[in-house]
Amino acid sequence: MKLSWEIALRFLKSSRAQTILIITIGVSVQIFIGSLIDGLQVSLVDKTIGNSSQITIVSADNKNYFENDDELLNKLYKDEELTAVSKNLDSSAFLTLDDETYPILVRGMEFEDANKIYNFDEKLTEGSIPSSNKEVMLGKDLVEDLGLNIGDKLELTTPAGSLEEVKLTGVYDLKVKAINESWVISTLTTSEEIFDKKGEISSIETQVKDVFKADETATRLEEGLSSDLVTVNWKEQNEELLSGLTAQSASSYLIQVFVLLAVLLGITSVLAISVVQKSRQIGILKAMGIKNKDASLIFLFQGLVLGIIGSILGACLGIGLNLVFSNFVTNPDGTSLVPFFLNYTFVGISILIAIIASTLSALIPAVKSSKLDPIEVIKNG
Amino acid sequence: MDDILKLKGIDKIYGDKVKTQVLFNVDLNFEKSSFNSIIGASGSGKSTLMNIMGTLDKPTNGDVIIGGTNTISLNRDEMAELRNETIGFIFQFHYLLPEFSVLENVLMPYRIKHGRVDKETMERAKYLIDMVELTKVKNNLSTDISGGQQQRAAIARALINNPDIILADEPTGNLDSETTDTVYKLLREINDEFKSTFIVITHDKKVAEKGDRIIEITDGKISTDIRKYVR
Ligand SMILES: Nc1ncnc2c1ncn2[C@@H]1O[C@H](COP(=O)(O)OP(=O)(O)OP(=O)(O)O)[C@@H](O)[C@H]1O
Ligand SMILES: [Mg+2]
Repeated sequence: MKLSWEIALRFLKSSRAQTILIITIGVSVQIFIGSLIDGLQVSLVDKTIGNSSQITIVSADNKNYFENDDELLNKLYKDEELTAVSKNLDSSAFLTLDDETYPILVRGMEFEDANKIYNFDEKLTEGSIPSSNKEVMLGKDLVEDLGLNIGDKLELTTPAGSLEEVKLTGVYDLKVKAINESWVISTLTTSEEIFDKKGEISSIETQVKDVFKADETATRLEEGLSSDLVTVNWKEQNEELLSGLTAQSASSYLIQVFVLLAVLLGITSVLAISVVQKSRQIGILKAMGIKNKDASLIFLFQGLVLGIIGSILGACLGIGLNLVFSNFVTNPDGTSLVPFFLNYTFVGISILIAIIASTLSALIPAVKSSKLDPIEVIKNG
Repeated sequence: MDDILKLKGIDKIYGDKVKTQVLFNVDLNFEKSSFNSIIGASGSGKSTLMNIMGTLDKPTNGDVIIGGTNTISLNRDEMAELRNETIGFIFQFHYLLPEFSVLENVLMPYRIKHGRVDKETMERAKYLIDMVELTKVKNNLSTDISGGQQQRAAIARALINNPDIILADEPTGNLDSETTDTVYKLLREINDEFKSTFIVITHDKKVAEKGDRIIEITDGKISTDIRKYVR
């Protein structure tokens, strides 16, 4: 056994590097593509739902409002799976300017909580976040369309018909035009006063740790809610995105399977050649009395060593490629097109599969070697 | 005296469709510690006979009995083990492993049996290498020494397991006459010192006459079998 191991290493040392290269390139391609697509999906999901509510609790029936229940909120705050919990009081209204009216959505929030979802500190392009009563911030697009300035007084008409005057203190940019044109964001208290809804809220927005389990989490949350409340999660609202992601994953797996096949074929053929090249040595060893099992082990060990070295080199190369890609392939603003993303489990599994595959593909040469008859070598030189 | 190797009624027929019989009912016994030469014309069947004696090849009919064991009853692995323990081969070509050094090649038959090398065996290997005068090149790769040196390394390798039988098929076929003399002197010395049985194929009558017994093969049959007086 130890001798087979040693002979395997000697044979490898005297052989060319091409086999290792096959595995290295195969594994690096696999890890590069796999990680790239993973990174792409993570960033896509993050762009889509990173700054929005992932599970929202709303009123079940057509009533838009429900009680601002401290007990429920405290329970949600304590929930391990939820990374952000923010209550809102929203209502549609009209903004009137120079005799023109614009439909808008007034959203009252508590910014300490809301920032965990929307991160207004960073999204603010001008002015400041509303702090005292009757202050609001508007989206970049609406401000530009209407030619407004910080400090302007705005007139809102509520659904109840009353006129309210608010002051523009900040401009945000959430990178979604529809939002930038319609959300008028203020404090919860302002919203309560304008719409005369003291002690009521319209929704509780949350974010979760594992976004792909949002549906499960939502179901669990809903079980703990009173019957007049329901949840809405991002997955049911983004089915197209999800099916796109699934299709992308499937094609990525397909690519990986083909890469693996190529690696397998490569190793098998190279080791098969090496049996032919080393058949003289195998014949000599057999004439000297090496047993068939040990003769086979020589090639299995070669496959194992090639697999280990090749796949580790390949993993390093693949990760390196990913780093290069994420650092040098960038958007015009300098952020990377596909952020660097490494799934250690994926890398580990790729390495393991490559090692197993290369050992298995050494089986054929191993069997050939055990069948080799020493007399052929001795007679034919 | 005990016979270490017995051949009984050996036939060898090559080929399935076109059959060529190469050996015809060969009976031969070899005494322990004897030094035997086999001569014969090219194509007469010497190598075939030797490969059968060494269990590398199977006879079509007949028995090969080595140290009391009839090899017909052995499977491939048992045969390999028997070869490893009781037979040392020296071929016309040295058949050293090019990936290993001289010392490693010499130790190879021992390692096939035992895996690792103990101190005693290492000493023995060095002693054998010294005997065949290769001490200076013992760490060279086996490809990095001369043809004569390679043949001597193969001799040292054949001896490492202290085999009862040493089979040599034209061990000096590739060497000049001076080196040939050294190699045969060496084989005789080893025969004296280790008491192993030598069966040596040669086409050189002068060389053959140095043995205790000369067996001549003609067309697959034993035509002469001359024993010199016992030493
Ligand atoms: N595989 C084979 N098929 C058919 N005939 C064979 C085969 N191998 C050997 N022979 C024949 O057997 C005969 C004996 O061959 P062998 O190698 O034993 O001769 P030899 O006495 O060792 O000759 P040399 O002195 O040239 O080495 C030859 O005529 C050879 O052609
Ligand atoms: Mg011959």
